[in-house]
Amino acid sequence: MKKRGKIGSIIYIAICFAFFYIPIIVTMVFSFNSSKSLTRFTGFSLRWYQALVEDRDIMSAVGVSLSIAVIATAVATVLGTITAIGLSRNRKVVKEWLINVNNIPIMNPEIVTAIGLMILFSSMKIQRGYVTMLLAHICFCTPYVITSVYPKVRSLDPNLANAAMDLGATPFQALTKVIVPMIKPGIYAGMLLSFTMSLDDFVISYFVTGNGVANISIVVYNMTKRTNPTINALSAIVIVIIIVTLLIVNLVPEAVKKRQEKRVEKNKRMMQENMDSRKLD
Amino acid sequence: MKQFKNLVRPYLIWSFILIVVPLFLIVLYSVTTGGNSLVNIQFTGENFKKIFEPVYMNVFIRSFKLGAITTGVCLVVGYMLAYVISRYSEKVQNILILAVTIPTWINMLLRTYAWISLLSDNGIINSLLMLLGLDPVTMMYTDFSVIIGLVCDLLPFMVIPIHTSLAKMDHSLIEAAYDLGAKPLTAFWKVTFKLSIPGVVNGTIMVFLLSISSFVIPKLLGGGQYVLIGNLIEEQFISVGDWNFGSAISMLLAVAILIMISIMKKIDPDENGGA
Repeated sequence: MKKRGKIGSIIYIAICFAFFYIPIIVTMVFSFNSSKSLTRFTGFSLRWYQALVEDRDIMSAVGVSLSIAVIATAVATVLGTITAIGLSRNRKVVKEWLINVNNIPIMNPEIVTAIGLMILFSSMKIQRGYVTMLLAHICFCTPYVITSVYPKVRSLDPNLANAAMDLGATPFQALTKVIVPMIKPGIYAGMLLSFTMSLDDFVISYFVTGNGVANISIVVYNMTKRTNPTINALSAIVIVIIIVTLLIVNLVPEAVKKRQEKRVEKNKRMMQENMDSRKLD
Repeated sequence: MKQFKNLVRPYLIWSFILIVVPLFLIVLYSVTTGGNSLVNIQFTGENFKKIFEPVYMNVFIRSFKLGAITTGVCLVVGYMLAYVISRYSEKVQNILILAVTIPTWINMLLRTYAWISLLSDNGIINSLLMLLGLDPVTMMYTDFSVIIGLVCDLLPFMVIPIHTSLAKMDHSLIEAAYDLGAKPLTAFWKVTFKLSIPGVVNGTIMVFLLSISSFVIPKLLGGGQYVLIGNLIEEQFISVGDWNFGSAISMLLAVAILIMISIMKKIDPDENGGA
């Protein structure tokens, strides 16, 4: 009975994962197809990768996506981190107001955030394009940085910064040399989140862009009308990069921890051996 | 201590301009006429009245129906997956959960695009059916393809919170239930399921909200004539140009979601403490 349950659960997990991963695998396989067909694999070729590199629209969209993700993440990380640090030192009214406002872009449907920004930019007479897209991305990334950094700030001893300053550090030094190193895990988590959110975004970018500025999502959206295996090549590259990054982010800390444990174990053993040999003497 | 107090100032100003003001503008647009110029502003209730016309009411009903079906499928499939995963050792659980989350990091448009080549009339699934000697089935541009796309996109948002509640659970409680004479099904229903309710509520709300406001998947997998709330809003802003009516729909959507979130917070007091 128990064994049958185990086999059943393995089959169930396999079916669910097939559902998640078959589209991904199919995309990757057909990116190497030699013909335009998306159903019959006619032979191995790299022609879609070549077409990808030569496609000016897609390459400029990749440039837009990456540059916006990098700049938006950098600004959102700095803005979010200093806000989270300042937040715990403010009066309750300010704190609650900011936390509630900060939750709005997280809770609201993306499409509502998107049209709000679209109306804002058009009533401020700002030409929609790269700059508006960048501003919008900073706008929806920063809340995620704040929500991942703020709990770390709250768990800090509030006297740490004071101690540093009593010992002669300037406020800036206390911030960069004491507080920031202690909340690093939260900052990294927020950074990773905002980078991937920015790369992934379609809805908000779609509404606030203009002037022919497009990121990867918008280009794919415009291309789905006809079959285009070039998108498969693009997908395959994006998928590989993301899976490798996630595996590194998730597995490296584990490996480092294990290595440290091993070293500690080794030291312990060596000490034990030393003691033993001394006893023998 | 006081030194860092002013660090919140930039974001206080930023968030006011880019978060609070846009919301005001949506509200303002939803109760006025005259489109984009603020000079000849005129208040009206027409925009909200228009929503209750049968054409638009049908869109709302359709969206909620589709959202309910998607959420239902995600709940059943996701609960089973989360439950099965939670029975493994912690190490295996971590790997399986990582495998559940990886797809959510990949661009949603690229994943949806992949479904098109699987589901289309001469797509991979239909070629397999023909190889088996069966008749091909039309799957693209139907409710089926939209639901498949939505479930594939949203299932992780159901699995993760349920798994979190199940993993926190004390397994000796179930043994206690057995010792006290409970049958497996009773033990599951009265102990395991009860304890996982916070996760179920979180996942359900999350999936429902994301599915009723989505407009990309319905458009790509459902075709142009497949109109949901999200598509209706998009239409008003991008092609029709009636921003006032579009704002009214968005406002209604946002309010509906706000109400649901506050209900969730009542059911699940644990979640109130966070952030």
